Amino acid sequence: MTRKIIKAAPKKTTMKKAIPSDIDTQAGYVRIEDAPLLPPPPSEVGVTGWLYKNIFASMSDFGSIPAALKSVFVAVSTLFILYFLITQISGLLDFAIFSAVWSDPEGLKRQACWTVEQGGALPNGWHAACWPFIEAKAKFIFYGAYPNDDLWRVNLTYALGGFMLAWVMIERLPYRKIVGILLLTVYPVMATVLLTGGAFSISTGTIGGATILGLALITIGRLGKAGYVSGAFGDLALVAGVCGWLVILFAAVLAVFAIDFDLEAIDTRDWGGLLITLVVAITGIVASLPLGILLALGRRSEMPVARFLCTVFIEFWRGVPLITVLFMASVMLPLFMPEGVNFDMLLRALIGVTLFSAAYMAEVVRGGLQAIDKGQYEGADAVGLSYWQSMRLIILPQALTHVIPGIVNTFIGLFKDTALVSIVGIFDLLGAAQSTLADAAWSTPVQGLTGYLVVAVIFFVFCFGMSRYSMFMERKLNRSHKS
Amino acid sequence: MFGRDRSLTSLLNDTFIRGILFQALIAIGLLLSINWLADNTLSNLANQGKTLGFDFLTRTAGFQISPTLGTWMLDYKVGKSTYTDVYLIGIINTFIVALLGILAATVIGFTVGIMRLSDNLVFRWFSSFYVEVVRNVPLLLQLFFWYFAVLRAMPSKREKLELVEGVAGLNITGLYLPAPIVSDGFVYSFLSLIGAVAITFLVRRYALKRQAETGQILPMFWIGLGIIIILPVLVHYLNGSPLDWSLPEFKDTGPKLRQGYQSGAGMVLVPEMLAVWLALSLYTAAFIAEIVRAGILAVSRGQTEAAYALGVRPNITLRLVVIPQALRVIIPPLTSQYLNLTKNSSLAVAIAYPELVSVFAGTALNQVGKEVEMIFMMMMVYLTFSLMTAAFMNWFNSRVKLVER
Repeated sequence: MTRKIIKAAPKKTTMKKAIPSDIDTQAGYVRIEDAPLLPPPPSEVGVTGWLYKNIFASMSDFGSIPAALKSVFVAVSTLFILYFLITQISGLLDFAIFSAVWSDPEGLKRQACWTVEQGGALPNGWHAACWPFIEAKAKFIFYGAYPNDDLWRVNLTYALGGFMLAWVMIERLPYRKIVGILLLTVYPVMATVLLTGGAFSISTGTIGGATILGLALITIGRLGKAGYVSGAFGDLALVAGVCGWLVILFAAVLAVFAIDFDLEAIDTRDWGGLLITLVVAITGIVASLPLGILLALGRRSEMPVARFLCTVFIEFWRGVPLITVLFMASVMLPLFMPEGVNFDMLLRALIGVTLFSAAYMAEVVRGGLQAIDKGQYEGADAVGLSYWQSMRLIILPQALTHVIPGIVNTFIGLFKDTALVSIVGIFDLLGAAQSTLADAAWSTPVQGLTGYLVVAVIFFVFCFGMSRYSMFMERKLNRSHKS
Repeated sequence: MFGRDRSLTSLLNDTFIRGILFQALIAIGLLLSINWLADNTLSNLANQGKTLGFDFLTRTAGFQISPTLGTWMLDYKVGKSTYTDVYLIGIINTFIVALLGILAATVIGFTVGIMRLSDNLVFRWFSSFYVEVVRNVPLLLQLFFWYFAVLRAMPSKREKLELVEGVAGLNITGLYLPAPIVSDGFVYSFLSLIGAVAITFLVRRYALKRQAETGQILPMFWIGLGIIIILPVLVHYLNGSPLDWSLPEFKDTGPKLRQGYQSGAGMVLVPEMLAVWLALSLYTAAFIAEIVRAGILAVSRGQTEAAYALGVRPNITLRLVVIPQALRVIIPPLTSQYLNLTKNSSLAVAIAYPELVSVFAGTALNQVGKEVEMIFMMMMVYLTFSLMTAAFMNWFNSRVKLVER
């Protein structure tokens, strides 16, 4: 940058002191006033400056032969990429919007999207999306074989979940914590009842037994709290009390499942499309985070047996591809269970997906735990917090905010990986779309591309949304340790 | 150790004792559940009239596998080859596609990652666009796109799309390329290549020594390139170029059924493999691009500025200051991406490319029905590979760890 003239303007006061007065008049070469301020060169400001900095700076160095070659190469490839981007994006827009067939008023089905050559009415060489095909298959792509009359149940589940999630995510609303807890506890039960129809055959004996066990444990806990149980057994009694509440909660969930709400029972084999994708992804996300945290804590535990087991567990699941896990879940899980116990296919896939992503989550969380300064652990010990207290109050809040990007990346990975369940015969979004392509009534050359485009856009919206939200959270919490 | 008061209360409150008790509980629970699972499995197998055992490995397999590197290497024949061959074919096919994918993904990923840091807006746009689109769409969908929407839309069996006139062509049956035919003398060309690499190393040692003594630098890159190219080429042609190419042969005359690419001439990459390779390398490249970008950004600007301040030229700064520090950040996640790519190659089962999952846990499992053994064998392959990578990673991390004073 030799043409830029950089003049440092010295301060006047120091100038006057430094230069004796007789030199002022004699030496004409000593500058005694500031040089006039020149306007910035065009390569620095305005439109030309922007263009220069962002485009031409990388291709205007002709100082030496290698530099000139590089500049020419950059210029040529810039043009090429620009051409490629413009043709591809305009091609995509043309495919999806401008040239696409939007309606099929006469009910022609595949002929609506045929060219003259193929026996239809469109001009030869036409190649664009066939939206009537998606319109006809929309119900299958989004809900699978779920009965038409009961679609309101799925929509209600979506609406409830979306509403609660939005409530938790908007910061200005009150009671966000309560809504969040409801979202993680009551909502899954409601969703299960709404989607399956509830009224599972659970014997009243099981529910009653669980209730009595829970009440008994709570009683022990109360006795311990009141001081009737002495010494170390007091601690155990408190633990029993907490377990009692959990057992009661479990009994309550079972009771809700057992109630007949007069909803038609819908087998999970009839679920499909986006519904399956969301069910698998959300269950996996919700279940894998706590499991992953436990595994990460176990791997960093000081107890060798626990550490060894967690390490083996994590490394095993991380070492095998998800497909093999799903194969195992679908082929081997029935073998592992006692006779007569039979999981349905969706539940098997859910178990596989959850364990798989829990292992990845554990490694992300472990990264966060390792990044916490040792002083934090020691500080928590020094103020006398127990292990679980220090984890809950000091370590995990810091560790988890530290690794939000990693956690969300795992979520995104899990969301995309749900597409693999179609390989073991569950019709998720991709599986459902793929199976509609086999319908000869809509057989056209553009059928596949249209279907894939829809699926890709849906996946993109979810994954991109998640990644943007995580960036927003990261900026808001602003605790990332970047300088 | 437990203090003076050895009452039960103090024992239960002792963290050491608690730890032992807790671990004993875990261990007992684990053993019991393993026992329970094993028991269930054995009784279930007995009910189905099956036994455990690996004797099926010597049985002959009675199904066709589409021609790939694995079948060619093991000379697979229906009714003659055993299930061990099938297993090995699966492993070979998995690794060849993983290897090709790793090569392509690295090249594309580094290019796109560096482009994303360019001061050229068009480059930045392109790479952001690429990374965001590819990372947010499932790999399986991309695989379907390449296989069903692109490669299935290629010209039919009797036609072709010529890439290089008479040398390489594409149609629905695959990509046809020239096949190398090696004759006896070729081994000398190969040896001379190895020799050239060895000579380059010696020259490099001399150059480093000379630089340490006199401060003069030899243009090592050009010298090395010269030796490695010229020597083998010279030997090859003096030896009468003992490497022949068999070009793919395309017939568009004669009987209709015989038209198209002829078998036996050239070599063919089946479309399944092409689709897996394209999808895997483009997908993983997007992740590698982000890793490369993060790695370069992780080298603080002060490092470059300090090098410039010392008068080091830009390209040497890049080579000796920036890249070594960036690689320290890049290599661990890069290796895990390589591992991911290898594991993701199992998705090829969806389009029936004969890799391990598809051919062994799919077709062979359906024929033999030994779920436990076969899934165990399949998982072992991936586990071995992951553990090997993990071992390499630990070694690498300990080697490049910052030496703090």
